Amino acid sequence: MTAIVQKLPLRAVAVPYPALVAVLAATLAASVVIATGIGAVGVPAGEVVGILAHHLTGGGDGTATAEVIVWRLRFPRVLLGAVAGAGLALAGAVVQGVVRNPVADPYLLGLSHGASVGAVLVLTTGSAVVGALTLPVAAFSGATSAMAIVLAIASRQGRLLPVRLILVGVAFGHLFAGITSFVLAGTDSSAAQQQIIFWLLGGLSGTNWATLPVPAAVVVTATALLLVRARRLNALVLGEEAGAALGLDTGRMRWYLLLLVTLLTGTVVAVSGGIGFVGLIVPHLARMLVGADHRRMLPITVLLGAVFLLWADVAARTLVSPAELPIGVLTAFLGVPFFLLVMRARGLAGQEMT
Amino acid sequence: MRLDIDSVSIMLGGREVIDDVSLTVPSGRFAALVGPNGSGKSTLLRAVYRAHRPHAGTVRLDDRDLWSIPTAHAARSVGVLMQEQHTGFEFTVAETVALGRTPHLGFFDRFTRTDRAAIAEALDRTGLTRYARRRVGELSGGERQRVLLARALAGEPRLLVLDEPTNHLDVRHQLDILELVRDLEVTVLAALHSLDLAATYADTVAVLRAGRLVAQGPAADVLTPVTIGEVFEVDATVYGDGGRLQFALRPRCVCPDRRCHWSCRHRTETVLTDAR
Repeated sequence: MTAIVQKLPLRAVAVPYPALVAVLAATLAASVVIATGIGAVGVPAGEVVGILAHHLTGGGDGTATAEVIVWRLRFPRVLLGAVAGAGLALAGAVVQGVVRNPVADPYLLGLSHGASVGAVLVLTTGSAVVGALTLPVAAFSGATSAMAIVLAIASRQGRLLPVRLILVGVAFGHLFAGITSFVLAGTDSSAAQQQIIFWLLGGLSGTNWATLPVPAAVVVTATALLLVRARRLNALVLGEEAGAALGLDTGRMRWYLLLLVTLLTGTVVAVSGGIGFVGLIVPHLARMLVGADHRRMLPITVLLGAVFLLWADVAARTLVSPAELPIGVLTAFLGVPFFLLVMRARGLAGQEMT
Repeated sequence: MRLDIDSVSIMLGGREVIDDVSLTVPSGRFAALVGPNGSGKSTLLRAVYRAHRPHAGTVRLDDRDLWSIPTAHAARSVGVLMQEQHTGFEFTVAETVALGRTPHLGFFDRFTRTDRAAIAEALDRTGLTRYARRRVGELSGGERQRVLLARALAGEPRLLVLDEPTNHLDVRHQLDILELVRDLEVTVLAALHSLDLAATYADTVAVLRAGRLVAQGPAADVLTPVTIGEVFEVDATVYGDGGRLQFALRPRCVCPDRRCHWSCRHRTETVLTDAR
């Protein structure tokens, strides 16, 4: 174990950056095609490409089984997996920068627990029948209200200080988790309980084309906005004082970034449930590959997050087929051991410095 | 660039930490700020790089009020080397120095040729070019301090603010960093702990005690045994006449009204005096 840890690349790997981006982008594209073919009914990659090409070039809907499975069921789900993974990883990278702590994640600020409260209330009161959109809307409102409360309480004279943010976020996370458990314990319907547990751990089942556009648009926009501000993000990591010395309005920038994170995480959580660990480990992995410079690590974070969650979802829907595992179980099984490895490697690096 | 600190007072947590301080550093001059721990040196410096807003008085750069010009504008003129904590984000030397260009960034955060040239120049001046790709956390204390200086220089400042730039450095590195700073054609305001260094490198020395300016002027006039004795509670002997000043210091344990410095309680030679 120790030997493995010591061999972890603590220095940036000497792969040319454009090559790395190209390789990851190609991996993502290939993964989309391959993952779309995998499932209870296997579809060869060649056929998948044919079907996708047919539709993407404006061909009409066919009725062949393979075509329905690929175009109607799997493709939107695979795409949503990639979008959700990219969004959560990106949100994680930003939160880590904002609170200046590389072990933070988007859920640290109470976002997912807030979303859970919204979702659980809908699931137990049975108002889910009102429409397919009720659950996402409730989850999104839950996430944004939670964040609004945390930001309101953590800010002092308009300033957001990292330690206060973390403390308030963690405290409210527990409060919201308590509310969720309370509602969960109080409901008699075991079907509702099942649904709630599944929602809490996250999952992409039931994805269709209608689910995709909003999260996709938000993730793409957020990525673009953040890349434009990547250098300032680097300066923000130095803290209030250095930020002031470099002419940066750190207070305003934190607000702007946290609103972006709220929107990003809220939209993703609304359609996927509380998928954990992506936001924590993927930015880490990106930093290990290309270093801490946000201009380099953000694109890598987005691509890695997409590939990671896409395959976690494939595992979630195939491992116990025809049933499905909650995707959060997979990200935890893959994520925790990895996280511990990173922590140990960081611990060693820290000792070297003192 | 001339710096005018004009009747500045700063409140922190309801306490007046800087009380009516006025100090002028003419263009291209080196001013040292000396004083005991907690006398307000860092706080006063923070007012010059806009981390603390004075509640009274003004700070002016070439006669322009620091707080009435845009943040990025002010930051372009003022380079800062401050005491900094490690954050766990492992930037390389080049990335860290590049952050010094932040106030010059346009809307899309893209570097121009000017930006790159300034970064290369800052690395070269501080002898860090060959460390450019190393991570800052891997460097020694002296090298890290040079990285922070290089970051300040990368912004091409006309005023350098240094908060104990020689902290944690061995004697050679202390001299190196101050030589480097003195040879730059910029105005310098530096908080220094070492009276020797202040006397050697500064054109003006300003002495701060409990938030007030006690004395200011050329080292030979200001760093007298009396002033040093009062401000630092030490017995000082000053050697050197007109040229290089040297200081021999011993803790002072004369206790007026039986109120001693905490460290005197265990000293045998403590003299208790009653003012009665």
